[in-house]
Amino acid sequence: MTLHRREVVKTLLSGRHHLLVVAGLGSTAWDITAAGDAPLNFPLWGAMGQAAMIGLGLALARPRRRVLVITGDGEMLMGIGSLATIGVQQPSNLTLVVIDNERYGETGMQETHTAHGVDLAGVARACGFKSSKTTSDLKRLRSMIHESTGPNFAVVKVAAEKLPLVLPPLDGVALKDRFRRALLGDSAEVLSQKR
Amino acid sequence: MQPEWPQEVHRALAKAQVRIVGYVPDAGHSRLIELCQGDRKMRAVVLTTEEEGIGLAAGAWLGGEKSVLLMQSSGVGNVINAAGLLKTCRLPLVMIVTMRGEAGEFNSWQVPMGEATPAVLEAMDVRVRRAARADEIAPLVADALRQEQATAVLISQGVIGIKSFRQ
Repeated sequence: MTLHRREVVKTLLSGRHHLLVVAGLGSTAWDITAAGDAPLNFPLWGAMGQAAMIGLGLALARPRRRVLVITGDGEMLMGIGSLATIGVQQPSNLTLVVIDNERYGETGMQETHTAHGVDLAGVARACGFKSSKTTSDLKRLRSMIHESTGPNFAVVKVAAEKLPLVLPPLDGVALKDRFRRALLGDSAEVLSQKR
Repeated sequence: MQPEWPQEVHRALAKAQVRIVGYVPDAGHSRLIELCQGDRKMRAVVLTTEEEGIGLAAGAWLGGEKSVLLMQSSGVGNVINAAGLLKTCRLPLVMIVTMRGEAGEFNSWQVPMGEATPAVLEAMDVRVRRAARADEIAPLVADALRQEQATAVLISQGVIGIKSFRQ
C-alpha cells in the first residue's frame, strides 16, 4: 500500500495535545502546516540538516514534554551525524520521523541516497536509538511518539509526489516568539529580558 | 599550574544559568569542557561537527534554556549556513572560539580558516569579541551572555599556547 505524505503527517499530528513539533525545511514544513499551523510548530525555511539537532536542544531543555521532529530523507542525510550525537545524549522524550520519498522534492525530485539502499533506520539503530524501524504502521508510530521511551526513530516510505505548497509563516522571529510564548507563557519575555 | 580562565568562564556560565553546552573536543577548551561535564546543572553535549551546535542552541532557546558553543576556529567554517538561523530567528547564542593559525602556528593547514574566522563570523552578522589575554575571556563571555545578539568570543592562540607535535 502506498502511503501519501500529507495523510501520514496529518494522522501523526491529529490530537497532538502538548506535542512540540519541529519540521525540516521543504516538504515536511509544508506537511505539518497542511495538517494545521500551530504555535507549537517550528517549521524550518533554512538551516538544512539541523532539524534533528533543534529537536535535541528542545528535548533537553524541556525533558517533561514530548518532542517530535518530522523531516525528509534529504534533510536527515545532511545532518546524519546528529544521529550519533542524539544516540550519546539518549533523550527519552524525543522521536524523529523521516518522511522518505527518496527524492529531493524542492530541487526537482532528484534521487537521494535512500533511493539507492541507504537505510536511515539502520543508521539510527547503530547510533543507539532505543527503537528504530522503517514502518507503515501509523498507529504504532503514534504510540511511539506519545508514549515510548526514546530516543525513537522511524522512517515512513511515501509516494514521490509533487503537492500544492502550504506555507507556514516566513518570519523566523515571529515563529520563534510564538513558540516560546505558547510553551513558556509569560516567562518567555522574562527570560528574554534576563539574558 | 592550571590556567584560571576556564574556572572563571565556567563561573560566568553558571551565573548566567547556561544549562546546555555544545562542544567539539578541543585541547584549548579541555579544562572548561571538564568543568561543564562535572556541573550537575549543565548538560555537556559532544557534537560530531560544530554545525550541530547551532541547531542545539536554537532548540534549547525555543525550550527556554541558554546554551553556549565551544569550538576551535577551524569549526567556524563548519557552522556558516546554519548560523543564518541566529540572524533570521534572532537567537542569542554565545560561541567561545579558541584560535588556530595565528602567530607561532606551526601547522600551515590551520592558517587559512584561522585567518578567515573573524570575517566569516561578521559576514553572518555574529558579533566578534577578541580576548588577547586570559583575564579578558570571562568578562567578555559574561558580557556576551547579557546581550541580545549572537556573539563569538575569540581566544587568542597566545593564551592557549602553541600546539606542538613534539610535546
